[in-house]
Amino acid sequence: MSGQPFRLVSGGLVDRRQSLRFRFDGQDYEGFAGDTLASALLANGVRLVGRSFKYHRPRGILTAGPEEPNALVELRSGARREPNTKATTVELYDGLEAASQNRWPSLAVDLLSLNGLLSPLFVAGFYYKTFMWPAKAWEALYEPLIRRAAGLGRASGEADPDAYEKSHAFCDVLVIGGGRSGLAAALAAAREGKRVIVADEDTRLGGRALTRPGDADALAAMLVELAANPRVTLMPRTSVFGVYDGGVYGALEKVSDHLPEPAPFTPRQRLWKVIAHESVLAAGALERPIPFADNDRPGVMLAGAVATYLHRFGVVPGRRAVVYTSTDEGWQLAADLYAAGVTIEAIVDPRGAVAEAVQAGVVASGARRLIGARVVRALGGRALRGARVVDAHGQTVTLRCDLLAVSGGWTPNLALTHHHGGKPRWDEVLQSFLPGAPPPGMRVVGRAAGEGLAPLVDLPAPPAKGKSFIDFQHDVTAADIRLAEREGYRSVEHVKRYTTLGMATDQGRTANLNGLMVLAEARGAAIPDVGLTMARPPYAPVAIGALAGPHRGRDFRPTRLPAAHGWAVRQGAVFVEAGQWLRAQYFPRAGETDWLTTVSREVTTVRSSVGLCDVSTLGKIDVQGADAAAFLERVYINGWASLAVGRARYGVMLREDGFVMDDGTTARLAADHFILTTTTANAARVFQHLEYCHQVLWPTLDVQLASVTDQWAQFAVAGPRSRETLARLVDAPFDLANEAFPYMGAAELTIGGGLPARLFRISFSGELAYELAVPARYGEAVAAAIMAAGADFGICPYGTEALGVMRIEKGHAAGAELSGQTTATDLGLGRMLSKTKDFIGRRMAERPALTDPARPRLVGLRPLDPAARLRAGAHLVALADPADAAHDAGYVTSVAFSPSLGQWIGLGLLAGGPDRLGERVRAVDPVRGGPELLLEVCAPCFVDPEGVRLRV
Amino acid sequence: MLIPCPHCGARLSEEFVCHGDATRQRPAYDASDEAWTDYVYLRDNPAGAHREHWYHAAGCHAWLVVTRDTRTHQIIGVEVAR
Ligand SMILES: [Zn+2]
Repeated sequence: MSGQPFRLVSGGLVDRRQSLRFRFDGQDYEGFAGDTLASALLANGVRLVGRSFKYHRPRGILTAGPEEPNALVELRSGARREPNTKATTVELYDGLEAASQNRWPSLAVDLLSLNGLLSPLFVAGFYYKTFMWPAKAWEALYEPLIRRAAGLGRASGEADPDAYEKSHAFCDVLVIGGGRSGLAAALAAAREGKRVIVADEDTRLGGRALTRPGDADALAAMLVELAANPRVTLMPRTSVFGVYDGGVYGALEKVSDHLPEPAPFTPRQRLWKVIAHESVLAAGALERPIPFADNDRPGVMLAGAVATYLHRFGVVPGRRAVVYTSTDEGWQLAADLYAAGVTIEAIVDPRGAVAEAVQAGVVASGARRLIGARVVRALGGRALRGARVVDAHGQTVTLRCDLLAVSGGWTPNLALTHHHGGKPRWDEVLQSFLPGAPPPGMRVVGRAAGEGLAPLVDLPAPPAKGKSFIDFQHDVTAADIRLAEREGYRSVEHVKRYTTLGMATDQGRTANLNGLMVLAEARGAAIPDVGLTMARPPYAPVAIGALAGPHRGRDFRPTRLPAAHGWAVRQGAVFVEAGQWLRAQYFPRAGETDWLTTVSREVTTVRSSVGLCDVSTLGKIDVQGADAAAFLERVYINGWASLAVGRARYGVMLREDGFVMDDGTTARLAADHFILTTTTANAARVFQHLEYCHQVLWPTLDVQLASVTDQWAQFAVAGPRSRETLARLVDAPFDLANEAFPYMGAAELTIGGGLPARLFRISFSGELAYELAVPARYGEAVAAAIMAAGADFGICPYGTEALGVMRIEKGHAAGAELSGQTTATDLGLGRMLSKTKDFIGRRMAERPALTDPARPRLVGLRPLDPAARLRAGAHLVALADPADAAHDAGYVTSVAFSPSLGQWIGLGLLAGGPDRLGERVRAVDPVRGGPELLLEVCAPCFVDPEGVRLRV
Repeated sequence: MLIPCPHCGARLSEEFVCHGDATRQRPAYDASDEAWTDYVYLRDNPAGAHREHWYHAAGCHAWLVVTRDTRTHQIIGVEVAR
């Protein structure tokens, strides 16, 4: 290690007292605090940093910022490995590890560079042309080949160990870009008392002023005033990547990317949604390369980048330089490089004339001044060795250099102004595109608005021979664009898609204008007539992890726990996710080795004695008001006006298109007060629907709705001993006797010595059963009290599985039957459809196709072989019919092992089902390959079809 | 996108559910088949100002009539539906 041979002894914004070790491709190096990975590599003389996408050509560092197309590396290792990271934006930290990508076996000896010899295959549209035939070779041969040969970095394949956050910010003015123009705009707004946010993707604010030694003092004064203002928030390391509707901006803050790993309780990145009344775009300008053959040799760099490395990082990227520039600024760079000890071989300027005053600055360097000349080819392989130039007289001159600084002038950085579809406008004076119609509320200032930019001059066309790269990252050459034009791709948007010009992770920041220039020349059209491609969000790459934020794994969505969850845990429940809810699925006991044993025991206990099930997750909606009954009449298919106070009724709701939306039991607690229940899955949807009906359709009805799902814990107490169990809990004088509180009774009462509760005599299991509701905070205690009260009777808790078995035994429709494709008649509920009132869905439910008796309708299904296991999803076919889609007669919706019958049973939707009771059908399962079964079609209710047990 | 809820102020669109065309009137039960088909299924997709129902699901639960320019997403007006 030779101690940063390309680092100047002084100058720049790096801290030479703070040395940082880092490793690139297994080699150890040193850099300084304030370096980027790119500047530290250049300080160490490392110029070959990657291989190109298609041809595996050796590539170096072209730029000094986020527009970098070449210097992409894999940063970090293990689970934190991050591919395609721009070395020009990576802040150096102690212990940093990075590796070059897309090379094998090593960067210096890349066998895949043979792709370069196959380059005729890789021309514009090569995917479409080369790999068209035969089609089946695509998956087997072409795709794996392309994936291995052409590509970028590798993802780690492991879970990201770091945290990501999402935040919102609000301000009057969002300033995008912290250079001089941005800071000036921020100061002006702050002085008016506005809340200001300044976001800049760089490590520190200052923009281009950081690369101009004279600007430091003015910058420092502005930053001091802004930092002292409490209404101003300065956000370095934050890139605004998108402009969205209504003044919403997306921004990504790289909180910990400059550290080996994030500090405890600190995210790696934070995704900001900034809501701003107005924004100021101060995104600066982008430098345009000048294309020539082999312009990708490591050592060819943009002149502005060379200036940045020199002035900001104290690094000279070469010993012997040629400056190829169409701007006066390039001449200044030559003088600065000379002052830093670099030999200036020549300055090549394609312009016909350059002012004497501009030339005077480089006289001392003794450099050749080739005015009216152009570079036609870079020389060298893995490193630049020289340049071939054609001078003003047409003579070829060969120059020797290890650094070729190129500048075709600067153009406004317009990307964010396109995000609402606004087109840029062409400026004849600057010969450049300027912001045309930026998004509402956005003002563009500084160089992004063209202020202070020198007019662009026409550049020499890339030579016809050799590879003149336009898009470095995607290996698109001038020849590719010309070929696309010859093949009829004339629109700039078509050329972009056909050649992939500008579609890489750098969004073609260094490529788009030159691509346009080549296309315009090929078409014989003017640049403004060819137009500019539209930039879309995101402006800068955003990791999926940042978009996901904390919503991953268990936190992907909120977990809702019923009030008595702790009780269920203590009972040893196995839990299942039901939407957002975590519900007890079953309660295994010692000695029970499989879930079916447990579930069958729970069912048998309920049917023979008593069981307890937490049904708190059912949606509960409180409906009050003088017109509450009238409202229910309009949303349910059945009648409610006649329901007496103290009674409950089963109700079905349709969607307006006539299909069933939801069902549940609703009780009348007072003349103007109902409590309505929904299924667990549809609770939010039904509430939204009812609010729609009330607020939009019938706003004059006197009714109020409130979701009270979370306010009440509710328990089913089911089984022949349920009355005796509850009798030990309800307070006198409440009478549980069958006559006093019959089936479908509903009451408000107290239990356990004064706790307010609601009791409903309703049953999902088909047994004598009650549902007891108590304020949610008493849920755990009441569950335990019910268990204690039923202990003598052998009460057991039961979960959603036993609940499901019993409802299938009773033929109640649930989720699989309420599929959104079934009508009330399909589900055997046609008798409930009122003929005497209008209700949501009535008219459409009466359409002929929805009332056709041949529709698939609910039936029970019983395998003839009592040992056979029926599977949900199997299709039903008549005995005489072949088992194909044309003869599909329906399918099995739900199955259960019925302990009551001692065999598997099912529910299904069968064409004309209720008219086919007693018929035998086949269940076929071709997709899963299950055995074909013979089934008997039966009524859907398998247990106590007369409902005697409900009413005892 | 921000929607200025008359009850809650300007809130991000993620808090809302869009229910589409607010210009339809629910027909009477005995209206024609055409009227019902039109109400349940047929929706215009105008380029320009459009009245839509939005539900403030993660807010005040109000159904709103939002007038939105479908070309620009500009919110031209918001009122409660009732
Ligand atoms: Zn609201």
